[in-house]
Amino acid sequence: MSERIAVLAGGRSPEREVSLRSGHRVMTALVSKGYDAFVLDPAEEPLVELLSAARVSACYVALHGKEGEDGTVQRLIELLGIPYTGTRPLACHVTFDKVLAKEALAGAGVSTPPWVTVEASALRDLSAGPILHHVAERVGLPAVVKPSRAGSAMGLSFAERESDLPGAVMSALSFADAVVVERKIEGTEVAAAMVGSPDEPLPLVEIVPKSGVFDYAARYTAGATEYYAPARVSPEVAAACHREAAQAFRTLGLRDVSRADIMIDSRGTPWVVDVNVSPGMTDTSLLPMSAQSAGISFPDLCERVLQLALARA
Amino acid sequence: MAELNVDPYADLYARRTSGMSASEVRALFAVASRPEVVSLAGGMPYVQGIPQEDVFDVVAHVVSEQASTALQYGGGQGMPALRERLAMLMHEEGTEADPEDMVVTTGAQQALDLVGKVLIDPGDEIVVEAPSYVGALSAFSAYEPRFVQIELDDNGMVVERLEEALVKGARPKFVYTVPNFHNPAGVTMSTARREQLVALCREAHIPIVEDNPYGLLRFEGRSEPTLRSMDPQNVIYLGTVSKVFSPGLRVGWALAEPGVLQRMILAKEAADLCGSSFTMLVTERYLSGGRWRKNLQGLVDVYRSRRDAMLAALDEHFPDDATWTLPAGGFFVWVTLPGYFDTQAMLAAAVERRVAYVPGTAFHPDGRGRDKMRLAFCYPTEDDIVEGVRRLGALLADEEELYRSLSG
Repeated sequence: MSERIAVLAGGRSPEREVSLRSGHRVMTALVSKGYDAFVLDPAEEPLVELLSAARVSACYVALHGKEGEDGTVQRLIELLGIPYTGTRPLACHVTFDKVLAKEALAGAGVSTPPWVTVEASALRDLSAGPILHHVAERVGLPAVVKPSRAGSAMGLSFAERESDLPGAVMSALSFADAVVVERKIEGTEVAAAMVGSPDEPLPLVEIVPKSGVFDYAARYTAGATEYYAPARVSPEVAAACHREAAQAFRTLGLRDVSRADIMIDSRGTPWVVDVNVSPGMTDTSLLPMSAQSAGISFPDLCERVLQLALARA
Repeated sequence: MAELNVDPYADLYARRTSGMSASEVRALFAVASRPEVVSLAGGMPYVQGIPQEDVFDVVAHVVSEQASTALQYGGGQGMPALRERLAMLMHEEGTEADPEDMVVTTGAQQALDLVGKVLIDPGDEIVVEAPSYVGALSAFSAYEPRFVQIELDDNGMVVERLEEALVKGARPKFVYTVPNFHNPAGVTMSTARREQLVALCREAHIPIVEDNPYGLLRFEGRSEPTLRSMDPQNVIYLGTVSKVFSPGLRVGWALAEPGVLQRMILAKEAADLCGSSFTMLVTERYLSGGRWRKNLQGLVDVYRSRRDAMLAALDEHFPDDATWTLPAGGFFVWVTLPGYFDTQAMLAAAVERRVAYVPGTAFHPDGRGRDKMRLAFCYPTEDDIVEGVRRLGALLADEEELYRSLSG
């Protein structure tokens, strides 16, 4: 009898739709590989009850955003004693929160752009608004303003001038209680993915959005972005990217699968701008592209990630 | 180093698809439609207000008595018996309509598409209201027009602004308006403005496209004459049974002069050969006899109570410097917030607090409307409306506090 696999997808985060797309694709791929896979949407069905009753061999976590990437769901599955794909709860918690992740990365010497954290409570309770002037000075402009806990570039915007900062901060705070204001690195954007261990890098994927900005629309509208894999960078620069990515994965304690987003500046220096716990698996997602360029088909990729979890049973 | 072929069609798409892309707001609506979220976003009619036995009765009749017609193709113009009923609906609002001048469409939405297909060449100017019905903007956009936006006030389209635009050289193919209980603005065009608009457009030889989905949902006051009744030759009228019966049936219509009508029928036949015979028969049967009138009165009573609940809740929970329209019918209240609010950016926080609305930017083709939001009172219960508005009010208070701090 084939192994029963619950693909967790959907949820209540703003990335619900993306996750459902990832989940259905993973489920179909696993079925094509002979697994008895089904999609379980924690927003639609009682997760704990169903997983307790369903006798699944493993969970494939294809959730994105809050609850799915911050360790909440992972902690529940661990309590149920079911093997699952991806990273353990504490590392999820740290990685999904850009405020914590940036601290951890910088502390370990990973190249990540200078940044400042701004918390909603500081603005509301301590009337700390005037601090933005210091933020601009410290970080330098232009800057990228990101919610601490969100994915798919949601709530992200750019501040070219100091006067852009209040609006950008307010927008980002719509998604989270804190924002990261980070120096904007101009250059080439690449994604570095890992499957298995940080020492087994997949080819870099270079991202060239037609609109110039890799925002939500550029990510999830087919044809809106050009991708090159391997990236059109020198072997030295590629090696440097892989080094930084591996160091980031190790520092944050990521397991099985992850993706680091990297900006390469004009001098060829890589800067890690984001690390993902549960990389997208949609038809326009970067990890599957990276695998594809290494000759790994999507079903093979899914099976490989799943096998890592099953091996822990 | 190979370019990955994510979408093999990437270089093949027609230019008109350039605006069709994934969006953050759309993604948030996937969460907003979850049951735990009070949605003041969607304009869904309260179809539960139609007694089940009435639906059963009309469907059973169609299945038992008219099955061979219901299951067959029909003519592109739509069934004559149904067109007579639709003309009767128009008569309710004092508009005389000849069923021969009518084409039945798949909802009024298809009629919007057909108007675009028949009248708009790429680069043509068309006039829409600011704000304007988002579905019309989408339908027209596919034909690549340039939108000329004319602002609204409490009396509907500010016709003087249209006149100014014409003086400055605008040469629109048509003027699109929702004169009754506007979507999204909730306002109704006054008699004086109607006369002004009709006279101006007649003189300038610019046809009017009058979209009137909500006209029969009046809560109080006397109804205004339709633009069509004021100038039949120069007005293309669009109607729907979505709000008086059911949007699930997809029955709408257009009433137009013969030349336009002929092209719309041909365009419709090219698109889908004919509408659904089954739902046309169901609609025709439902509109026969007196039950639709009684049911409609019931719906109007429900919507009026919900409107009242929303307006009272807004008074209680929204900031003093916010303003909103006072609809005398229809589905929507249009809220204007102080200029520093960005309703599009704020939507994620609203959904996180389990309440949803439609940001004002959706109703403008050019990114305007960031300080506006559309609230729909048609679908949620009165209790949910009050709770939803309370949640939004709390969010606005927090946002204001943030803004005060940031603007130091």
